[in-house]
Formats: sequence, C-alpha cells, structure tokens
Amino acid sequence: MEELLKVIDKNALIFGFLMVGILAFFSDQFSKKVLRSRIPGSAIAIFLGLVLGYVGGVFSDGSKGISDIELFKGVGILGGSMFRDFAIVATAMGASFLLVKKSGVLGLVSLLFGILIFFVSGVAIAWIWGYRDAVSLCTIGAGACTYIVGPVTGAALGASSEVIALSIAAGVVKTIAVTVFTPVLAKKIGLESPGSAMAYGGIMGTSSGVAAGLAATDPKLVPYGAVTATFYTGVGCLLCPSLFYYILTMFSESMG
Amino acid sequence: MIIYGLAILSFSFVVGQWLGELLGKLMGINSNVGGVGFAMLILMLLKEVFERKGWWKDEMILGIDFWNKMYIPVVIAMAASLNVKSAISSGNLAILVGILPVILGFAFFPFLMKAFKQ
Repeated sequence: MEELLKVIDKNALIFGFLMVGILAFFSDQFSKKVLRSRIPGSAIAIFLGLVLGYVGGVFSDGSKGISDIELFKGVGILGGSMFRDFAIVATAMGASFLLVKKSGVLGLVSLLFGILIFFVSGVAIAWIWGYRDAVSLCTIGAGACTYIVGPVTGAALGASSEVIALSIAAGVVKTIAVTVFTPVLAKKIGLESPGSAMAYGGIMGTSSGVAAGLAATDPKLVPYGAVTATFYTGVGCLLCPSLFYYILTMFSESMG
Repeated sequence: MIIYGLAILSFSFVVGQWLGELLGKLMGINSNVGGVGFAMLILMLLKEVFERKGWWKDEMILGIDFWNKMYIPVVIAMAASLNVKSAISSGNLAILVGILPVILGFAFFPFLMKAFKQ
C-alpha cells in the first residue's frame, strides 16, 4: 500500500486523469440508466465535482476543494488555470471566426451590460445588508462580477480582509450558480445559437461558470460563450476600482 | 504530425496570453485582459489561413482536438477544486450576492436578444 501511495504521490496528474475518468464514467451510467439521459452525464459529473469540492473543504480545511487532500492533488493540477485556459482555447477549433465577427458588437454590448448588472445589484444588496462605506460596497459589488474582480478591487481600494473574503465567496457562489442554472434555463431564455452564446458569455462573465454551464447544455456553444466571457474579468478589474468606485463615492457623499 | 497541431495551439495560447498581459499593463491594472479570448481568436484565424492553403491535415487536427475534447474533464476537475465549502458557509450575504444578480442576468438576457433580433 505504501508503495502504491508513493507512485500516486509522484504521479499526481496521471492519478488525477484516472479519478476524473472514473467520476465521468459513473456519472454517464447514472445519466443513462437512472435518468434516461434527461440530464446529460457531463452536467452530473460537474455537479458531483462541486460536491467533491465541498467534501474536500470539510476534510482539509483548505481553499482548493478535493485537491487539498494530498492523494487528490493531481485533480487540482488538471483543474488549475493552465489546463483550464488551454482546453478553453482548444475549443476555438470548433468555432467559426466569421460567426464570432458577426456577433462581435452584440458580445461587446452584453459585456458592458453584464458588468453593470452584477456590480449594481451586488452593491444594492450590500447596501440593504447595512454596508455604507464606498470601499466595502465597491468590493462586494466587484465580487458579484467574479471571484477575481472582487479581491483585485478590494486590494486596490484597501478594503478589510473580511470584505475581501466575502467578495471572493460571492464570486465562487456565482460560478456555481451559473454552472447549475445554465443547463436548466438555457432553452427558456433562447440560448441556442452561437450569437446568443456570445451574448450569454458577456452577461454572465464568469468564464469557468459559463464554460461549465454551456458544456452541460450544448458543447458546441462553449467556444462562443468563452470568447466573450474571458474579457469580463479584465474589464471588470479595469472599471470597478476606478470609474465605478468614483461614481460610488459621489453617491455616498450626496447621501450623507 | 500530431505535435504540429499541438504546437499551433500552444503558439496561439502563449501569444494570446502575452497580448492579454500587455493590454492589462497598458490599462494600468494588475490583471490579464482577455488573454484567453485573444488566444482563441488567433487559433481561429490560423485555422482559416491553414485551411485556405491546404495545410490543415487530419493528423495535425488530432493534436488540437484532443484538448478540445478534454475540456469537460478539465471542467469537472476544476469544479472539484473550487472552494465550495467556504462559498456556502461564508454566510447569507455572500450567497445572496452570488445568486440574485445571476437571476437578474437570466431575466435580462431575453431582452438583450430581442433588441439585437437574435
């Protein structure tokens, strides 16, 4: 047993492939045999992944889900930003440049609306909750955009570490919410063409959530959603600590 | 050769991320702006050019397609490595701020599509 653990420890990524493969297999079987394919196997596997992330957090008290457990650290490498971004770029293979160009303006408009909707509603909720200082409001609003925009904004404005932690948590909740809701609501909101996927990526913004949600909805749409979503965090990091913060301070001054 | 396809993918990735870093620096923020998006656009453009020149061979495509299809497994691994526990247990405000705007986003989406007649 000790020898096996040594091999696994030395070859963490390879063991990660095996673990994800097993998880995907059982999810597929469950989807086919129990649910008669009404929910795709990939959606179940992604949801089970989230459950494992929770379990990992309970057992390790770390911040990286199941991959904080030594045995499963390879899952963290496979799911880390390098492989995630590499695989997202590879999905561009199945996308048409012409279609992306055709919906470019729609993508851009939805990006701006998306950041506004999330920032403003995040600030409003924090306001109702009792926060009044512009720095905390702005950081929480930024956290409603993505779990990267929150801490980047908080650090730039000198927010307290509790508020920064809160903004990260809100961003992660958003990623989970988009992952879970997308396949459920896709048909209802008419998310079915490359153009609509680009707009969707711009509105929701969290590239992990959009890509995971679209993967569970229709894998053909993934590259179109991802191509706009990947700009969201950057534009959010640009607008939140500067222009949006400036507007917020003007509001809070005039309100007292 | 499979490695040619993989190399084209890696080339697009590195140059795209580089552009993202440069754009971030230009904007004066400590973050990558659209690096993945740029990389995707570069890969799409290279594909168009290679197809036109007749250089886009099946063997080469395999090198990219493997990673294209690895996408869902990578997302499963990513979901398992998220800080789900702290997100759920960090209190009601984080959950509200995480979920309510998403619902607003879903509600707004059809209006945007109508405005653009998609």
